Amino acid sequence: MLEIIIIGTLKVIAVVVVVLTCCAYSTLLERKVLAYMQHRLGPIYAGPWGLMQPIADGIKLMFKEDIVPDRSERLMFMLAPIVSFIPALLVFAVVPFSSDFSMFGYEIKGVLSDLNIGVLYIFAITSLSVYGLVLAGWSSGSKYSLLGGIRSSAQMISYELSYGLSIVGVILFANTLSMTEIVNQQASFWDMFIFRQPLAFLLFLTCGIAETNRLPFDLPECESELAAGYHTEYSSMRFATFFVAEYGYMLAVSSVATTLFLGGWQGPFLPPVIWFLIKVFGFMFFYIWLRATFPRFRYDQLMAFGWKVLFPLALANTMGTALWVLLTDSVN
Amino acid sequence: MSDPGSVGIAFWILSAIVLISGLLVVSLKNIFHCALFLMLCLTGVAGIFILLHAEFLAAAQVLVYVGAVSVLMIFAVMLTSNLARKKIVQTNQNALVAFVSCVAFVVGALWLIKGTEVWKFATEALPANNTMTIGKLLMTEFMLPFEVVSVLLVAAMIGAIVLARGEEA
Amino acid sequence: MSEYLSVLIFAVTGAAIVLFTFFISKLIRPHNPYPEKGVTYECAEDAIGDSWIRFNPRFYIFALIFVIFDVEVIFLFPWAVAFGELGLFALVEMVIFILILFFGLFYAWKKGVLKWV
Repeated sequence: MLEIIIIGTLKVIAVVVVVLTCCAYSTLLERKVLAYMQHRLGPIYAGPWGLMQPIADGIKLMFKEDIVPDRSERLMFMLAPIVSFIPALLVFAVVPFSSDFSMFGYEIKGVLSDLNIGVLYIFAITSLSVYGLVLAGWSSGSKYSLLGGIRSSAQMISYELSYGLSIVGVILFANTLSMTEIVNQQASFWDMFIFRQPLAFLLFLTCGIAETNRLPFDLPECESELAAGYHTEYSSMRFATFFVAEYGYMLAVSSVATTLFLGGWQGPFLPPVIWFLIKVFGFMFFYIWLRATFPRFRYDQLMAFGWKVLFPLALANTMGTALWVLLTDSVN
Repeated sequence: MSDPGSVGIAFWILSAIVLISGLLVVSLKNIFHCALFLMLCLTGVAGIFILLHAEFLAAAQVLVYVGAVSVLMIFAVMLTSNLARKKIVQTNQNALVAFVSCVAFVVGALWLIKGTEVWKFATEALPANNTMTIGKLLMTEFMLPFEVVSVLLVAAMIGAIVLARGEEA
Repeated sequence: MSEYLSVLIFAVTGAAIVLFTFFISKLIRPHNPYPEKGVTYECAEDAIGDSWIRFNPRFYIFALIFVIFDVEVIFLFPWAVAFGELGLFALVEMVIFILILFFGLFYAWKKGVLKWV
């Protein structure tokens, strides 16, 4: 009994630490990739290729004064970063990052907790991510923050529907909500759900970018209109937490996309964890590439696109997939 | 964790969260805080669903009530310009009457519960995959209610649009 | 049930780590507030009024429509899980369900609710 608890706790801590490290290094990845795309060098002074830059940034932010504006609602203002960070982290609880493996003579599962309703859990947790932004926007007592918070929450809920619907297409094939099951069903290359659900994959990706408030959907923090949106008034470690949460969401969406559409940790030759990381960071690269390429949407375009294009498309895809499943079943 | 003792403890903790936050919802003076505690209250209910092995219901509770309905309320509070930081007293002249009748109802309900000797328990074993079971039942036994739900939802939506637009004009 | 317990432990661990960094930072960072520093940021101008300007009520209508369709999407999940064992009539039922709801979206669309100007 004690052994199980110790192993479980160590696993939890290991996953948290790995996720946080990945978040930190995603910031470096973003700066580096963006720099090379713009014919710059990016961070180079902190360590070789700027590899120590995230650590330097973290230490710098720790030494910064934490400013709480007079107009803000103190308690909520202080809670908001944590409220925004936790849902991003919680997604990783059900993402299978490896096959089951044994270490030091213990059998260890490749996922923190394999819930029966894994996919639905992710969908539910994602819907909670609105709260961090709303709280930050509301408690700051600044017009920029409030407008940023409201904008981002309206955007998130608009794209959440298509986000959920694109997952339904995969479930129609998989007939399960367990993430581990879904990965197991994609054992060989052509079994990956991206080949059976290409449209759903594109929808998922688009909505994922909108959900994480990234370019070209980064209206909540478009700096030319809103200063920095919901975290205008934040500084020091609280700002850092928002920053980490944003990258956490990107990583979460990337790893969910990897699991649902690209077969998760499945892959030849290399160890499963490595495959998983390669796929996830492939998505991260794609995110950054988009940022370097596209201009920002206008807000009315953004809302119209979500409701009038993506949502009907996602519904049609779901029904079409169901029909397809039915027809192929009757042929067999 | 599955033994009755720790489930009991979890149940008491969750009930305490639900009850206390519920009480705060109807007594706090800042309506934004009320909305946040409502969210906490509903999350606690989702936790109780998990204790009852109703996983699908728990996810639905979080998704619909915490992720959508509470957000709607928060929006309503935020969009009403002079509501958000006002201190509002939640009681009126009828508070005492309401309190007395609530207490009477609780006492009556408790008395009824205590008086009931035979409780009917479900005899069937819990299905292992309750999401699939719910899906099957919705499509077969509860087909008609399921379709009526859609009509209800559309009616609610059209009504809401008409009301909200009327407000705007 | 223990699966959910580990989710809870996961959340608590995450929050604890964040709070720990806050605490460390509190020990080492300077603390020197003065009135000018606490002023709300508004591009170096004094803020006029408080931040409670009245917002576009359209945000609210979008949230309303979202609630309705969120309920629809949650119905789709058990349907999709059980679909392999149900067959044609389940598809027909769901198409009817979605068409009825889609009528609502169509209504909102035609009424110009989804337009943002």
